[in-house]
Amino acid sequence: MITTEQWILVGKQADIPLLGARVVKGAVAGPIAIFKASDNTIFAVLDRCPHKGGPLSQGIVFGHTVTCPIHAWNINLASGCALEPDEGCARRFEVKCVAGEVFLRRDQLATM
Amino acid sequence: MKKMKLVLVGNGMAGVRTLEELLKLAPDLYDIAVFGSEPYPNYNRILLSPVLSGEQNVEQIILNDLQWYADHNIRLHLDKTVVEIDRVARVVKAADGTVEPYDRLLLATGSLPFMLPVPGKDLPGVIAYRDIKDTNEMIASAASHQHAVVIGGGLLGLEAANGLRVRGMKVTVVHLMDWLMERQLDPVASKLLQKNLEDRGIQFKLKTQTEALLPNADGTRVASIRFKDGDTIAADLVVMAAGIRPNTALAEAANIHCSRGIIVNDTMQTFDPLVYAVGECVNHRGSVYGLVAPLFEQAKVCANHLAEYGIARYSGSVTSTKLKVTGIDLFSAGEFMGGEGYEEITLSDPLAGVYKKLVVKNDLLVGVCMYGDTADGSWYFKLLREEKNIASMRDTLIFGESNIGDIGHEGHNKAAAMLDTDEVCGCNGVNKGKIVRAIKDQGLFTLEDVRKCTKASASCGSCTGLVEQILMNCLGTSYSETPKKKAMCACTDHSHDAVRTAIRENKYLEQAQIRSEMGWRTPSGCASCRPALNYYLISTWPHEAKDDPQSRFINERAHANIQKDGTYSVIPRMWGGLTNASELRRIADVADKFKVPTVKVTGGQRIDLLGIKKEDLPAVWKDLGMPSGHAYGKSIRTVKTCVGSEHCRFGTQLSMDMGVRLEKMLFGMYAPHKVKLAVSGCPRNCAEAGIKDVGVIGVDSGWEIYIAGNGGIKTEVAEFLCKLKTDDEVKEYSGAFIQLYREEGWYLERTVHFVQRVGMDYVKARILQDAAGRLALFERLLFALKDAPDPWKDFEAAGVDLKQFEAISLPQMN
Repeated sequence: MITTEQWILVGKQADIPLLGARVVKGAVAGPIAIFKASDNTIFAVLDRCPHKGGPLSQGIVFGHTVTCPIHAWNINLASGCALEPDEGCARRFEVKCVAGEVFLRRDQLATM
Repeated sequence: MKKMKLVLVGNGMAGVRTLEELLKLAPDLYDIAVFGSEPYPNYNRILLSPVLSGEQNVEQIILNDLQWYADHNIRLHLDKTVVEIDRVARVVKAADGTVEPYDRLLLATGSLPFMLPVPGKDLPGVIAYRDIKDTNEMIASAASHQHAVVIGGGLLGLEAANGLRVRGMKVTVVHLMDWLMERQLDPVASKLLQKNLEDRGIQFKLKTQTEALLPNADGTRVASIRFKDGDTIAADLVVMAAGIRPNTALAEAANIHCSRGIIVNDTMQTFDPLVYAVGECVNHRGSVYGLVAPLFEQAKVCANHLAEYGIARYSGSVTSTKLKVTGIDLFSAGEFMGGEGYEEITLSDPLAGVYKKLVVKNDLLVGVCMYGDTADGSWYFKLLREEKNIASMRDTLIFGESNIGDIGHEGHNKAAAMLDTDEVCGCNGVNKGKIVRAIKDQGLFTLEDVRKCTKASASCGSCTGLVEQILMNCLGTSYSETPKKKAMCACTDHSHDAVRTAIRENKYLEQAQIRSEMGWRTPSGCASCRPALNYYLISTWPHEAKDDPQSRFINERAHANIQKDGTYSVIPRMWGGLTNASELRRIADVADKFKVPTVKVTGGQRIDLLGIKKEDLPAVWKDLGMPSGHAYGKSIRTVKTCVGSEHCRFGTQLSMDMGVRLEKMLFGMYAPHKVKLAVSGCPRNCAEAGIKDVGVIGVDSGWEIYIAGNGGIKTEVAEFLCKLKTDDEVKEYSGAFIQLYREEGWYLERTVHFVQRVGMDYVKARILQDAAGRLALFERLLFALKDAPDPWKDFEAAGVDLKQFEAISLPQMN
C-alpha cells in the first residue's frame, strides 16, 4: 500500500524506537508525535501537552502512557487525555499500520 | 466468567478503604456487597470532633457518597446489621432478613464503646461517643441542657468535653487515672494540657471512680452522678468515653477465633481462610489498633491478597497521637514514658507552655512526647519509625530539624502559625487554606493524596514538612501510611535498597528481568522507576549492563537541557571553569550562526547557550568542538575553582589544576543525582566549596575535604571528612566517596540526603577507617569510567540515537 487519497505514509514502524516517539512536521494543527508503546501499538497525538504545550514526543513512554518532560503530566496515548488529577486533552490522530508502514489520515492532517 | 462474590460487613473507614485499594488493583474481580449498620455511607470518623464543636458538618465528613457505591456497582445495604455468618453455606444474614452469599468475606465491624457497668447506665441522656448518632445527640443535648459529665480523660473524652464546652455546656471530665491521656502523655505534658483546658472552663476530677448515675424526679433522664468518694454533681448529659473494645460478637458467633479482637495473620486472614478482617476489630500479633494509619496499612495488605496478588504482608504499625482541640498542640509517639534503661532528653519552658521529651535507647529515638510546640512531630516520628541512628545529631535533636527547605514559603516553618492565605508551596502557588480545605472536603489522608489533589509539595518538595504538619493538624492522628521501607513507586512494593541488592546479588543485567523476577505490577514500569532501574543496572554492572536511552529523561537522551518552550540549552565543558580565546571564538560563532537568543554564564562557571532547536543540536556540538558539559544529567556537572596560588596573592594551593584533574577523572560519570564539586586554593574559599557534594579546600599543609553540602532548596553546609597531603590522595578519597554514593545512593537522592540517611559515621568508616575498601571503591569508580564516551562526538559508543534529531516532514498538504 502506498499513499492514497485518504491515507498519507509517514514512515516505517521500525524507525520509531520502542517506548519512544518520532515527530511528524507539516500538519496544519502542528507537529504530531508518533509513539510506539511496549506492545508495539502505534499512537499519534498532537505534540503539545494540554498543560503548557510541552513536546510530548520527548517524554518517557510506559504502558499506553507518556509523561510530559516539562511538568510530568501523564497523558493517555489512546485518548490524548491527561490522567487524574490533571485535566485536558491533546488532539489525537488516527493511525493505520500496514506491512510495517505507518499512515495518518489526510483529512485530519489538513484540518486545524 | 462468573465473578466471585465479596461481602463486606462494616461500612466504615477500614473496610471501605480496603475496597478502594482492591478496586485499584482488580476492578472487575468481584461482585461486591456492603452491609452498614448506620444509615450513612462511609464517613470520616476522625472528624466527628470538629462536627461536635461546630467547625464542620456531617455532609463535609462523608468520604464515599452513595454515587461512589453506584459507580462501582457495589450493592449497599445501609441501616442493616448482619446477625449471622453461615460459614458452611457461605452466606451472611442481616437482622431484616437480607441474605448475601460470599466467596470471600471481609469483616470490618470496628469497635464498641465500653459502657461502665454502673447503675443508671441505661438512662436517657447517657451516651457513648462513637458515631454520627451520638454526635447529633450531644449537639441536641447541648442546646437544651446545661451540665455535661464526660467519663474518661483520654483522647476521645477530651475531644468530646471540648466540643460540648464550645457548644455552651458546663463540662466536668471524670478520670480514673492520675493524669489525663495517660496512654499518650507523660505527667508533665498532661499537667500542661489540663491547665490549658481548665483555663477554657472545663473542670476535672482525677483519680475518681463513678459509682452510680442517678435519674431526675420523674425518672425520664439522668440528672446527677455519684462518685465512690461520696461526691455528687449535676449531670443531664453523661458521655461514656472510657475506652473501646473490638466488636467481635458476629465473628465469635460464627466460631471464628477471637481473643481481644478477631485474630488475623500477616495477610489479614482469620482462622477461616475465606474470611478476612481489618480495622479496629482485629487483633494482629497481640495489638489492636484504633488509629487510622495502621488501619489503612492493613487495608492495603488485605486488598493485595483479595486481588490475588499475594505479595503484601502486614507487620504491625508504630502509632502516634495528636489531640484535635483547636489551639492545643500535643504530640506523642512510641515509648514516651521512658524510665529505667532509657535516656531522656527534655526541654521545658512552662511559662511559654512548651515541653518536649525525647526518649532514646541504644542511639535510637524510641519515644516522643511534646506539648505546645509540635512542629517537629512528623520529623521525630519519621526518625522513630525508620529507626534512624541519632548519635551524630544527639546534641541538637531536641531543637528539632523540620525537614523544610529554606526557600519558597516565606520563611515559615510552623504550619500552625500560618494564616490560610500564607503560601505553603511556592512552586505551584498553593496556600494553607487550599490544602486544609482539600484535606477536609475531599477526605485526604496522606502526603501523596495532597500532592495529587492540590499539587502542594509536588514539585521541588521543599515544603513537604509543612504539608505534613498541616495534615497532622487536620487529621489529628498519624496521617502517614508510609511503611518503614518505602516502595520505589506504584509499580512495586520493593524499596530502592531491595532492588539494588537484588541487582547485585542476582546479577540482573536487564530491566525486564527485574520487573518479572521481582513481581512488578506493570509490564514497562513507569516514568519514575524506569530511570532508576536503568541507573542501578549500569552503575552496578558497568560495561556489562546495557544502557536503555528510552528509560532516561529526555535531557539524557538528547544530551541537552529541555526548556519550557521545547528548545534546548547547550553547555560545553570547560574543565575547571577554564577556557581560552579559541573556544570563546567558536562559542561566539555558534551563537551567531544558530541565532542563539540567550548566552549566559552559569553558576558552575560555564557558558550556556539557550534556545537551541533540537534538530540543530548535532551541528551545534560539531561547531563548538568541545566536550559535553553534562549540564543536563544526573551526572558529574562541574568542578568550580578559584584562581589559587597560580595567580592569587593569598592562594596556598594550585586549585585550578586540582579542579581540572578531578573533573577529567570524573568525566562521563552518571550518579543517582547531579554531582558538583569545587576546589578553593585557600580557606577564603572563593569557589564556595562548603555547599558542594565534594568540596576541596587548599591549606598551606595540604587539602581539606568536605562532603555532602548543598546549595539548593535547603542550604546544607558540607561536613568535614578529612585532611590530606597529596593531590593523588584527594583524587582517591573524593573518588571513593563518590563511588560509595553511586553504589548505595537511591536514585534522585543527593549526597546530602544520602549521608543523612546512612550517617556520617558510616561514611567515615568506609572511607577513612578501611584503607583497602577505600582503594577498592576508587578502583571501581575508575573502572566504571574507563573509556567514557563523549556523547556529543562518540555517538555510537554513547548510544545516542541520531534519528531523534530529524523530524519527519509531510508532503505538501492541500
